[in-house]
Amino acid sequence: MREVAVIGVGMTKWGELWEKSLRQIFVESALLALEDSGVSRVDSMYIGSMSPGLFIGQEHIASLLADYLGKTPIPAARVESACASGGLALRQGFIEVASGLSDIVLVGGVEKMTDVDGSEATYALGTAADQEYEGFHGITFPGLYALIARAHMAKYGTTREQLAMVAVKNHDNGSLNPLAQYPFKITVDAVLNSVLVADPLRVLDCSPITDGAAVVILSSLSTARKLKKPLIKIIGSGHATDTIALSSRKDITWLESTFQAGQQAYKMAGKKPKNIDLVEVHDCFTIAEICVTEALGFFEIGKGGEAVQKGLTSLKGKIPVNSSGGLKAKGHPVGATGVAQVIEIVKQLRGDAGQRQVKKARIGMTQNMGGSGGSALVHIFERI
Amino acid sequence: MPTPSRAWREFPQRYRLEAAKCKKCGAVSFPPRLVCPVCGWREFAKTKLAAEGKILTYTIIRVAPHQCADQAPYAVAIVELSDGVKVTGQVVDCDFDKIKIGLKVKFEFRKMYSEGEAGVIYYGYKFVPA
Repeated sequence: MREVAVIGVGMTKWGELWEKSLRQIFVESALLALEDSGVSRVDSMYIGSMSPGLFIGQEHIASLLADYLGKTPIPAARVESACASGGLALRQGFIEVASGLSDIVLVGGVEKMTDVDGSEATYALGTAADQEYEGFHGITFPGLYALIARAHMAKYGTTREQLAMVAVKNHDNGSLNPLAQYPFKITVDAVLNSVLVADPLRVLDCSPITDGAAVVILSSLSTARKLKKPLIKIIGSGHATDTIALSSRKDITWLESTFQAGQQAYKMAGKKPKNIDLVEVHDCFTIAEICVTEALGFFEIGKGGEAVQKGLTSLKGKIPVNSSGGLKAKGHPVGATGVAQVIEIVKQLRGDAGQRQVKKARIGMTQNMGGSGGSALVHIFERI
Repeated sequence: MPTPSRAWREFPQRYRLEAAKCKKCGAVSFPPRLVCPVCGWREFAKTKLAAEGKILTYTIIRVAPHQCADQAPYAVAIVELSDGVKVTGQVVDCDFDKIKIGLKVKFEFRKMYSEGEAGVIYYGYKFVPA
């Protein structure tokens, strides 16, 4: 296997971008990433996007985006794993460069979610759950994570306030990220008094509906060395599945796919949780961040809530989690999220993260998951 | 317009709670599968889910998808049946403040939606206090 580096990153501001189309937000980010990389040739493209069919009535977007980026006839493929589509695109690009089939691969993620109303968006996101045995009964994504939250609170004593502290911490970080959809701070009281979506989760426990894209450029390490820029290498990649129906799992509070993907990535990288300087995790809901930090081995099982309360996951904590603001504050255009996580880690490892810079960051991790944990991808990056 | 076949082919599960019991390890799968998720065996005996169970975890859905927006707010739980199978379903005929982890519930056959993408009335199971 060849060694693989991230040589360019590009992302424009996320939000409710009513004036922009899917193809436009993607091309804007892709041009920034190409400019950042210093290369113009791309051998192939992978695009993570969950459901352009339901959100904008458009499939076949890989070719559409290759066309609008001016890159036809290179091969381009859209990959889908619900909210982990971006992380999956990264893994496919990694495999293609590592295999030697391509030398430079563009990996993008994109979702245009505000062309439908809230109820239609809730439906589209809900298709990541088991339609016949979860969706049919009226469960939603906030609902599925509420089921996890209630079970985690009952089993481990995780408190409602600890859930709120995840959102507060991520907004603290997001307030330092000019590209975030919601770059402002919130308080625990604001979370606890926000409107209920699916008890016990309130609207400020939930990541928002967002339009956005994110693009990174991968190349072989030998090509990257010629570019005379900070070298960021992908040293670990893991990918795993689990039942998409939450009720089919032995333990509703445990994210087995994240655990398995994490173990694969740690093994490939030859690293342990204590070696990781910072991590971007999939905080689609506040409880998700708590469960993920347990499954990745940063904290004991059941202690994720306590860790947030003690400040262990803040920018200056033992393991900074979601320095970008996470899905909560940065926004969650589902297919783009997994790629945007990589952009944050690359910026941090380059020392380009501005006011939210984590000191002496050398090894970073991303964790991206689909649905209620039916799929997960974990990647580890090192500045060499 | 979608055809009604999608709803029709789930009738054995939704109307009669039919499940599949692995002939090798005895694990019960609901809905039925072609491969046992526990031992990988491919022969099953038809069985029926236990009628009762207890709530493992629950939520009150207040922001609903379009097909059930007119029902919100409503309760959804994961119920562990007395045969060990876990099933997701709505909990009805019960005040929200009476719903607790551990509450005993039983299946009832109910109308789910008055219309849907298939243009038919959907029926299925919901849970009520036992």
